[in-house]
Amino acid sequence: MQTTRLAAASVAALGLLLATGCTTDTPADTPDEETSAESGDEWFVQAEYDEQLAQRDIEPEGDPETPWLQAIEPEWIDTTEYAREGGDATVCFSNASISNPWRVTGWITMQEQVAVLKEAGDIGEFRHSDAGDDDDQQISDIQAFIDSGDCDALLISPSTTATLTPAVEAACDSGVPVIVFDRGVNTDCAVTFIHPIGGYAYGADAAEFLVDNLEPGSKVLALRILPGVDVLEHRWAAAQEIFGDSELEVLGDEFTGGDAAEIKDIVTQYLQRGEVDGIWMDAGDGAVAAIEAFEDAGKPYPVMAGEDELSFMRKWEETGMTAIAPVYSNFQWRTPVLAATMILAGEQVPSEWVLPQDPITEAELADYLERNVDMPSLHYAKFGGEDLPGFPESWTDR
Amino acid sequence: MTRLRALAGRLTNPTGTVFILLALILAGIFVKNADFFAGPSLMAFLKQAAPLVILAAGQYFVIVSGNFDLSVGALVGAQVVIAARLIDGEESRTLPVLAVMLFFGLAVGLVNGLITTALKVQSFITTLGMLLVLYGAIRLWTGGAPTGSLSEAFRTPGRLGIEGVPILGQLPWALLIMLALGAGAIVLMRTRFGRILMASGDNDRAAALSGARVDTVRTAAFVLSGLSATVAGVLIGGFAGVSAQVGEGLEFTVITAVVLGGVVLGGGRGTVIAAMAGALAIEALFTLFNQLALPATLRPTVQGAIIIAAVAYAARQRTRPAATPATVTPS
Amino acid sequence: MTRRLSPAALSSTTLSSTVLIYLALAGVLVIGGAAVATGGGNLFATANLVDMFTRTSLTGFLAIGMTLVILCRSLDLSVGYVAALSSLVAATTMDGDVGRIPLAIGAVLLVSGLIGGANGVFVTVLGVNPFIATLGTGLILKGYLDTEYKGPAGDVPAVFQQFGYTRIAFIPISTVVMLAVAAAAIWFLRSTRTGHHMYAVGGDLDVARMSGIRTGRVLIAAHVLCAMCAGVAGLLLAARFGTGSAEAYTNLYELDAIAAVVLGGTLLLGGKGGVAGTVAGVAILAVLDTVFNVMQIDPFAKDVLRGAVIIAAVAIYARRQLDRTARRPRFALEGRAS
Repeated sequence: MQTTRLAAASVAALGLLLATGCTTDTPADTPDEETSAESGDEWFVQAEYDEQLAQRDIEPEGDPETPWLQAIEPEWIDTTEYAREGGDATVCFSNASISNPWRVTGWITMQEQVAVLKEAGDIGEFRHSDAGDDDDQQISDIQAFIDSGDCDALLISPSTTATLTPAVEAACDSGVPVIVFDRGVNTDCAVTFIHPIGGYAYGADAAEFLVDNLEPGSKVLALRILPGVDVLEHRWAAAQEIFGDSELEVLGDEFTGGDAAEIKDIVTQYLQRGEVDGIWMDAGDGAVAAIEAFEDAGKPYPVMAGEDELSFMRKWEETGMTAIAPVYSNFQWRTPVLAATMILAGEQVPSEWVLPQDPITEAELADYLERNVDMPSLHYAKFGGEDLPGFPESWTDR
Repeated sequence: MTRLRALAGRLTNPTGTVFILLALILAGIFVKNADFFAGPSLMAFLKQAAPLVILAAGQYFVIVSGNFDLSVGALVGAQVVIAARLIDGEESRTLPVLAVMLFFGLAVGLVNGLITTALKVQSFITTLGMLLVLYGAIRLWTGGAPTGSLSEAFRTPGRLGIEGVPILGQLPWALLIMLALGAGAIVLMRTRFGRILMASGDNDRAAALSGARVDTVRTAAFVLSGLSATVAGVLIGGFAGVSAQVGEGLEFTVITAVVLGGVVLGGGRGTVIAAMAGALAIEALFTLFNQLALPATLRPTVQGAIIIAAVAYAARQRTRPAATPATVTPS
Repeated sequence: MTRRLSPAALSSTTLSSTVLIYLALAGVLVIGGAAVATGGGNLFATANLVDMFTRTSLTGFLAIGMTLVILCRSLDLSVGYVAALSSLVAATTMDGDVGRIPLAIGAVLLVSGLIGGANGVFVTVLGVNPFIATLGTGLILKGYLDTEYKGPAGDVPAVFQQFGYTRIAFIPISTVVMLAVAAAAIWFLRSTRTGHHMYAVGGDLDVARMSGIRTGRVLIAAHVLCAMCAGVAGLLLAARFGTGSAEAYTNLYELDAIAAVVLGGTLLLGGKGGVAGTVAGVAILAVLDTVFNVMQIDPFAKDVLRGAVIIAAVAIYARRQLDRTARRPRFALEGRAS
């Protein structure tokens, strides 16, 4: 006992010594309660779920023609402390990765938006680093940007919520305006956190559609990408909540890695054992393979929730099946760079910038397919880059 | 009686383990769901398993000659993406693009083989480097995610088959291709080439001293692996279409399959038919997990435990040849 | 026989190839520095130096442990999973309480050591090929992590986070600790019986056994130490994340570590190499990463370049090792004949 206490004391003393005597990149006053907010192994938070479901029905502020600038119930904050003269700002971007088509599409849109702002003289240099989905790598990337001292604003798309929190706090402490988007972090030190409504709303849009369009007692199969990723876990948590209150039977939930061959194999096996009436997916990757499994087994098409990925939407139109495309708004990739220029101009931004997130329904299907007619199949319908000068070549010839 | 003994001897030898394992898994599936063995669903299983079986045959050549090929997963992915981008939905381009893919697969295998044999880089590193190069290069070429689309003709071998066969329903092309290539692999291992390949894995120095061109057959093994990845790419792309994740992680699955088949890493021992049976066993295991509705997150744990146990069992058989009853006298 | 086992012979061969590897590192630094300079940057600016050093720590811990198993002609593909599990064990044990830091460190070393022990037993007692044994262990751990932890868990006190963030001038504490572990490993391999035996076991298992070495114990020791190094890597992850993360296993750290070991001149076939070279291998990869980042290289081009550099570097070493590999089997044959 005594030795433990002694050891603890010496570790604490050493820590104190290091904290005072050496350069450190962690904020010294990290409140421990804050980082524990998302700790624990349950993904479902009732309050967040209720909030997101309610946000779906709130009319966002701003022009519906430019949804990437709209905001749901914004709380505008003053940013004059970050105002800087002269334009030509150096904007730095720490990206989690571009390891899936959704991120690839968004990344192109962001670069096109940057090109416009460079033309206008707002951004002089745009630096980016890509962490390849490695949290540790991204922490280093963020540190490197801070240490370089060149960044006038820092955009961060975190690879995982909790693990990036200390690094983002350190970035905030450096005095550079920090803009977090897509996945969040467990701190509100960033000037603004930009995101569509969120995973609960996505999962609920999909699950509610199945509940509304299937007879009671119908059987639903859930196809998921990976375990443990917060944005995806929230989608599934919301779906479980809704399926739990419905008369639908969930046959199972399977991890597919988003691999089409894996998806087709799993769906084929379920079809071999019995009827499947509905398919719920936490992301649309490989949705077409799931539909083909029904075709190859000679079974009627299921009621299906995919995503606004074009291969799925094209198959949906071709087959005339009952489906919905939940959307995790890809146009959000434009917002952070625009927010950076607003902050550097001292303009107000929402402290939490909640972008609209509306699923694509059958009524809108034809319209969105028409708008994206030349786009590759692994492209997202609501990418929101139609008015950028690089359209359409930048996305078609990526 | 003697025949029974011979059978027992064969089943308890290391390569026999995989057949016991396969039988056990299939029995498990049967208990859970006998309907699985109805013609159409069995055909669907074999259709979907065919690419891994073919990859296992290719990987077998490399492993038995004393090397590794970690690049096959990336190569399968690259081939599907190349096909989608070059075909771009045009039926008429199917055959030319297949030729391009064949050339590409053989070239990758040849490069792997030459770097390993001529430059003396350990194959683990050669093919790990090739994995990174293929993964990056294919995404550079397509801007990060696959573009284009496959033609109907391209998808035929992986997705369709001969319709209206009695009992079976559809006889998948993929199964026929698998059987043809499997038979080819078995025949190849009985040729002089096969014997030299085996000898170079067993003891390359002795093989070289006896006049065998060790480097040539080892390079040829990599080329065969590249060929098998190409065929697997055609079948997987045909089966399920294009997705950004296609092929990921296949290299570890296929090496596991080959080792389950009693093939010794390091070379010189094991049969190609057992390697292919190993691939079937792995696919059947995934099916069993699904039939048992085993929680998806737990499956890797069970898979890991079974792999270790099966390989340990085979290793025990190998180190205790005396334990087999009735020593099998060579005929 | 005696020549193979004598420390003098050992150090002379490892020294010469280690020098070569440090020359390669210097070459990478010069070329990288020049490339960065043409873009108007300075690779040796403080920010970039900090970045390089930081990137060495995590792979460094993993690669030092990996060197030991590879020297024994074994392999450990489970280190990424062990590191992920360790980060969770550390963070959940600490749970925000400074007083529990020593307990957490002990728990991590115990858990990781036990996993390493299991790997060692699978390889030696059960005779499972290390590639498969450790791949299997990795799968078992993956299933446990996916089932048990649905996301980040635990809370690392700020004091312990200093391990991941504090630095003295431009050298992070984690790098200092990594170098200390490396120095300990070098001492262990050069000056202890078990260390010498690791070279012998990797050189030729049968010869080692015949010369009275308890090969099983040596292999198990190597696996335990390797997994404990992965445990320390997990501690570093926990310090940097402020929490434990199961997701860390998706990064294929094991392949990075193996690449670093081989870049560092250790033969995958065992018996040749050392930790000093591994540190240089780790540094080469870190320099490349920093150079790519500073130069804003496309992330996919990074993969291509990394793959090409690894193959090219090993091809260059292999040319030098040709004569040595040619000598090895002869000894082995003599050993069998005797």
